[in-house]
Formats: sequence, C-alpha cells, structure tokens
Amino acid sequence: MTRRVAVTGIGAISAFGDTYADLWNGLAAGRSAIRPLTLVAPGALRFPNAAQVPDYDPLRYFDEKEAQMLDRFAQFAAVAAREAIQASGIEFSPELGERTAIVLGCSGGGKSTEDDGFHHLYALQEPRVSPLTIARAMSNAGASRVSLEYGITGPVFTISTACSSANHALGQAFRMVRSGEVEVAIAGGSEAPLSMGFLKAWEAMRVVAPDTCRPFSLDRRGLILGEGAAVLVLEPVERARARGAKILGEMAGFGMSSDAHHITQPSALGAARAMRAALADGGLAPEAIGYVNAHGTGTLANDATETEAIRSVFGAHAQKLLVSSTKSMHGHALGAAGALEAVATLSALQCGLIPPTANFTAADPACDLDVVPNIPREVPVECAISNSFAFGGLNAVLIFRKLA
Amino acid sequence: MSEDLITRVTGVIGRTQKIPPETVTIDKSFEELNIDSLDGINILFALEGEFDLDIPDDAARAIRTVRQMVEGIEKLLAAKAQAAETPK
Repeated sequence: MTRRVAVTGIGAISAFGDTYADLWNGLAAGRSAIRPLTLVAPGALRFPNAAQVPDYDPLRYFDEKEAQMLDRFAQFAAVAAREAIQASGIEFSPELGERTAIVLGCSGGGKSTEDDGFHHLYALQEPRVSPLTIARAMSNAGASRVSLEYGITGPVFTISTACSSANHALGQAFRMVRSGEVEVAIAGGSEAPLSMGFLKAWEAMRVVAPDTCRPFSLDRRGLILGEGAAVLVLEPVERARARGAKILGEMAGFGMSSDAHHITQPSALGAARAMRAALADGGLAPEAIGYVNAHGTGTLANDATETEAIRSVFGAHAQKLLVSSTKSMHGHALGAAGALEAVATLSALQCGLIPPTANFTAADPACDLDVVPNIPREVPVECAISNSFAFGGLNAVLIFRKLA
Repeated sequence: MSEDLITRVTGVIGRTQKIPPETVTIDKSFEELNIDSLDGINILFALEGEFDLDIPDDAARAIRTVRQMVEGIEKLLAAKAQAAETPK
C-alpha cells in the first residue's frame, strides 16, 4: 500500500513568537528575528546574539505543576503540537490514538535542566539534584508529553541526529503514513539549546557568528543558534479529503545518507546523495524542483559545500533554482531546524512566496546560486526540497509539493 | 621568536594531536601533521589554556602552519603584556 501524504496541520513556536502565523509572517516579510541573547548573562560569550523565543511564559500553556515537570524544549514541543493538532481538526478517539504516531526530532534534550543540576552539584557543592532531572532532561520528553496529552498510544519516539533530527523525524513519519503503518502522524522537532553549558560548547567550536547569520554571503562568519519547535500533522490525502480537512501541502519524498567522511566537516558527495535519494523516493526529476530551502547555516564550510552539492544534483537546472536559507531569520534551532524549515517550505509553496536569505551583503563566488538575497520573491512553485545536514555527516532531505 | 615559545607551542600541538613533540617542527604545515579543522580548534583551546590567552576567531582562521601559529601567539602575548603595562 502506497498512499499520498497530506499535511493538514501546522504549529510552530520560534524567535518570531508563539504561533505558526508569527513565524510565517516574519519569514514572508524577510525579517530576521536574531536579537541579543537574554537567557544568559550578557558578556559571558564571544557571541552576543541568538534567535530566542521572545517573552515566553510557560504559564500561558501549563499550570505550575505541569511547567515544573517539563524542560523548555518539551514545553515547546507541546505548544507546537497543540497548535498543529487544533488546526488539523482531528479529534483523537482511543481507536485513532492507537493508529497515530508521534515522531519528534531533538538533538540535545533538556540542556538547561542538566545545567541547573550540575550547578547545584559542582558550584553550590550540594550533594543531590532534583528527582525530576531525568524526566525533564530525556530527549523523548517532548514526544511523551504530546502522547500523554492526547492519549496517542501508537508508535511514539524521538530521533536524535543533531541538526538533521527533525528531517529524519518528519521523513520517518511520512513513510509510516505512506505505507499504511499508521493513519495519522504528528511529527517535527523541538530544541531549547540556549543554556550556558551548551552555549559554551558551541563557543569552543568556533562556528557561531559574532554578528549575525549571513548564509551564502562572502563575509559570513558562522551560524546563529536558535530555539523553538515546529510540528506537522500528516495523514493520507484521501483521508484528509474524505473528512473535508484543509490540505496545506503534500509531503512527497524523503532521502537520507551518511557522509562517512569526517565528524564535523561537510561532504558535498554525502549531501548530494541524500538529495538524489529524496528525488528518487518521490519519483521526481531534478527539473521538477523550483525551490530549495537550504541547510544554509552561514558557516564558511557548509554554504560552499552545499552549493557544490546542489550543482552536482541539479546540473544546468541549478541556474533556475531559487535557494534560500531561512536560518538567517529563525536561527539554527538544531533538532528543530528541519521542522521550522519544513514550515517555511510548505508555506512558500502554498503562498507562492519565497522567503529570502536575510542579512545578505555580498555574493561569494563559491556560492553562486540565486539565493534570493534579502527580498522575498513572489513566484509560484510546485515542488521544493528542504535540506538538513548534521554534524556526524548525517543528511536528511524532504520534498514537498503544492496541494490544496 | 624565542626557542622557549616555539617549544611550548610545539609541545601543546604534540600533546593535543597525540604525536611526539619532536615531530612538530617550525616549518611543518598543519596538512603535513594531519591537523584538520576540528584538530585546529582543539589546539587553539589548548593554547589558550597554556598561555592564558583569548584567541579571537578572526586571528585564528588563516593559520595553516606551525610557524604562523607561533607568530600569532607571540603577537597576542605582546599585546597582552602591553595591556598589562598601560596604566588604566
């Protein structure tokens, strides 16, 4: 059984605010949400900026007892899932709950919970940590929370492949719906990496920009870390049509690969193999693709390597592709990145509006694609791909098609 | 460029790369020593500890040889000494 897979719900919490509308309105306007980081003391890091969720108040979404049980990343997962499920109009009966999957990406888990525990142990010299530490910090806490909240009793799990986590999660969920293993899937990713210990680890890697994220620009100086979550509701196109649901797009292909090259240096060969695998999975020729939502981290290595990979996959058609990195606006949210970018890609198809690469200053000959610099572009596009390439050399690529 | 400084820098590179320090000579390139980008970051981290320095990304990016690394450290140490002498 092979079924076409529709997206019937979208939810997102990001540096633009707590809703999908906040995210898409920001991206569609080409506005960057990268601002001074306020979750840690100013001056403690070599980089002052991040894409932080503004004015987030857990008590808008959880009572005090619930909020205490959930790390920020798990709260984000629940907030985005609620919005997506509500938008889909699906009510989960016990029978449907059993035929529903939840697959969420998360790279780091509850980093601020761990940091807090270590602070009590090592700095305050206390002999013990909170008994909630494990339940809050485990990377599956977000997926489990959504399962508990909606009584979803089918396959529920978390995928952790660094910056590719959400794409791997969405791709897995897509295949479970396509094959008929489940009727509905709730999939995406969440991440809350802005705690001192984790930020210091990123600082030591020397990949975070001291100014802002300028993907594909000649003067790019690195990535900007972000946080948030995005969740899609997936179901067969026929099911969505039968119940009169609003269809927001189609997930049409998924491909993955491993570089087996280097633990942190990217490989154009591995990235290209994942893009080709996604095209083959979707039964699509490269010429069918009009837009690429790039991994586009803004590091020297990624953007040049990704350009090379896109050129090798698309050949002469690369000249006609629109390629943008929305990380220039919502930051690099690691395990949530692919999910935020899936939302950007789906919305671009639906609205016929390509979100730009913001903060672009000067063209780099090593990134000689149409990267839609700074200004959103109104262009109707039928099919788009969304790239995620992780440290560890793990690549995951999704394809979306316009469908209403 | 003092012998002492060269010895300390090559010592740090040797220890970080887990290779005999005597193989790290002033005219070797990082490529010859199999030092890739992640190794380079790890060496910068160890050098910051060894010399109590803050090595900015922009100063570090272009370094490809042991000699450039020693010269870079020398420059940062001189700037640090000058800053310590300047009355506040």
